[in-house]
Amino acid sequence: MSVPLLIKNARLIDPSDGSDAAGDLLIVDGVIARRGSTNGSVPDGTRVVDGTGMVAAPGFIDLHAHLREPGGEDKETIATGTAAGARGGFTTLCCMPNTNPAIDSAAVVELIVRRAAEAGPIRVLPFGAVSRGRSGVELTDMEELARAGAVGFTDDGSPVATGHLMQMALLYAGQLGPSTGSGRRLPVMDHCEDHSITKGLGVNEGWVASRLGLAGYPSAAEESIVARDIALLDLVGGALHIAHLSTAGAIDQVRRAKERGLLVTAEATPHHLTMTEEWVLGEHGRGQAGAALSAAAYETRAKVSPPLRAEADRLALVAGLADGTVDAVATDHAPHTFGDKEVPFEEAAVGLSVLETAFGSLMGLVHAGALDLPTLIHRLTVGPAGVLGERYAPLATLREGTPADVVLFDPGESWTVDAASFASKGKNTPLDGETLTGRVKLTVAGGEIAFDGLGA
Amino acid sequence: MTTRAPSEKATTSSTGTPGMGAGPRRHVLDLDDFSAAEIGALLDSAEAMREVMDRSIKKVPSLRGKVVVTLFLEPSTRTRVSFEQAGKMLSADVINIGGAGSAAEKGESLLNTALTLQAMHADLIVIRHPHSGAPYFLARHLRSTGVVNAGDGMHAHPTQALLDLMTMRRHLGSLEGARVVIVGDVLHSRVARSDAFGLAASGASVVLCGPPTMMPLDLLRANRDGGPDGGPDAGSNPGPGRSLPNVTVEPDLDTAIAGADAVIALRLQTERQAAGMLPSLREYTRRWQVTEARMALAKPGALLMHPGPMNEGLEITSALAHGPTAQIEEQVTNGVAIRMALLYSLLTGTEERP
Repeated sequence: MSVPLLIKNARLIDPSDGSDAAGDLLIVDGVIARRGSTNGSVPDGTRVVDGTGMVAAPGFIDLHAHLREPGGEDKETIATGTAAGARGGFTTLCCMPNTNPAIDSAAVVELIVRRAAEAGPIRVLPFGAVSRGRSGVELTDMEELARAGAVGFTDDGSPVATGHLMQMALLYAGQLGPSTGSGRRLPVMDHCEDHSITKGLGVNEGWVASRLGLAGYPSAAEESIVARDIALLDLVGGALHIAHLSTAGAIDQVRRAKERGLLVTAEATPHHLTMTEEWVLGEHGRGQAGAALSAAAYETRAKVSPPLRAEADRLALVAGLADGTVDAVATDHAPHTFGDKEVPFEEAAVGLSVLETAFGSLMGLVHAGALDLPTLIHRLTVGPAGVLGERYAPLATLREGTPADVVLFDPGESWTVDAASFASKGKNTPLDGETLTGRVKLTVAGGEIAFDGLGA
Repeated sequence: MTTRAPSEKATTSSTGTPGMGAGPRRHVLDLDDFSAAEIGALLDSAEAMREVMDRSIKKVPSLRGKVVVTLFLEPSTRTRVSFEQAGKMLSADVINIGGAGSAAEKGESLLNTALTLQAMHADLIVIRHPHSGAPYFLARHLRSTGVVNAGDGMHAHPTQALLDLMTMRRHLGSLEGARVVIVGDVLHSRVARSDAFGLAASGASVVLCGPPTMMPLDLLRANRDGGPDGGPDAGSNPGPGRSLPNVTVEPDLDTAIAGADAVIALRLQTERQAAGMLPSLREYTRRWQVTEARMALAKPGALLMHPGPMNEGLEITSALAHGPTAQIEEQVTNGVAIRMALLYSLLTGTEERP
């Protein structure tokens, strides 16, 4: 049994009811026993944490993490990935099915659920594949996958290959049987990319790509599939979730679809919200305007799919996050080995190791005045829980009696990113050496301490 | 002649500008960090090297004891042989490594190959690679060995641009105010990109001409919108939002070529037609082939150049290619001279001549 925990005198932000006030939070037996009141007794042996100057909120929920297990254990394991998540304030990680084998059978879902339980208290919720082997042809046994614990479906890493397959997936996942909750509707998440338009990976089509002699990934490659998916959602219903939205045009489409009442949700990553295509030029996105390329150019650690976009896209994304068009921040945590990245740009793997920097980099938006803190926390908790469905709402609240998934952070603490010290096996971040302001101090999942950085 | 150790010449940090710095240049990755003065000095030095090439014994001892490795991971005849000959005429030891028969074939990574060559105390690696940015990757990781870009993907080919500049300067005198047309597949051309930087630094203006399907989209947009990245840039480096300095795009070759001082026809890879980028090679020649009639629109005495290898009768008519305006063979000769000048400059750290 976990030791009772009392967080005293913290700013308690609970986006599930809009509350934001100083107070105490008492956690006993894995649930939130008391919120707000500074009075009342505490059980013997309670650990007391002084939360002065800090914020307590529901633990963060990540809809989109690549934990690599099974099959990619050189890049990450469920144990290292959940440890990284805990350090980043995440208490729930949805893992992607582009594993080997893919998460296309109940056996793989069960393996992941078991490994996650062995690893610790962080919740791991697998997404199943849309298609068997993620090969884009046959639907997986979605009902069986859902029964084993899959919370949604995606062929992420690849788009849902055809309009036909997307239509079938929305229909089928939109009406799963009684064993998974009567008439339960699970989201179909799509990585929107028209491969015939994308000529190269990892750099936006634009002046940076042209400058570097790299084939670009135009916004149109993303927006054409977003349009396809929204049209199909309109046709057959179901629940559509757009992964890692990155362009101003795609945000417009999602905004208009929501206005029409369609059940579409969307996520954006911390890197697309805070960085632009100039980061591929190296030097942390700075000091390249009008200059010769430096040896730091072709920054493979900023190579990601979809690519970092133009500043106008980034601003549209931040505006979409603020107004709710973007429901959730999701990390698209994509750990890779040294050898996957230390090659010429075109040969490098795509993706960033994000879990341990996500919160600090997002706090940059708050400190810059682009977003208020309760909204940011909403998009890390209530927003993603809403994408998963009603039954995950108790993970995104500080209400008494709910599971004690809680994060405590210091919004004003500055720290320097040191990728070598990550819990994640993936050290692949262009933020290495960058100073961020806003740091997770304590992560509690189901009442258990998953990360304790209070001594640091 | 100074003989400082390469490590003493290393003046760049991992994030610094690769070639420049307080001390002599260690790498040549592109021409975007070359000043007009540095280019001029190299061309002067290359003229002296041409004298060496004209001698009956074409060898001087200047780079005795220096090791130059050519690491060519993409097929090439003229550039590799040109570097090898340049090194040998200066008495450097030149070691040639290709893809086939090397450890690269056994799966050794580029990084480990380069670190191995550095550990053997190679002074310079001359790299040709199918992927843009590979020379930057090496420069980032090598502490003592210099890097020369002999062509990386679609990005840059600085020594080709230098030999083009040398050829133009020999015939036109100063390049200040010259108008140079580059015609063909600009999108995939590392030659066009490096030429644009070298020409901008030298005060020339560049007109890019070719099928819209083979033009960088950002340049087409700038032309279309006249937006923030539109129009020629006065400086030798593009500002934010600009991928190339001082260039304009003109789709019509007759218009582009009118009053030009020089025309550079780019190689067309005929596979691009099958990839849907061109209606037909016949239509390409009708619209973008350099012909006698089109050259007549240029200034009298205008030069015609081609980086090779040429598809004779496609980019340029056969008669023109072998006629008096074409400088194609002289470009090859100048290529050896400019590479001698470059190797000399990099490996001795001075502009002193033999």
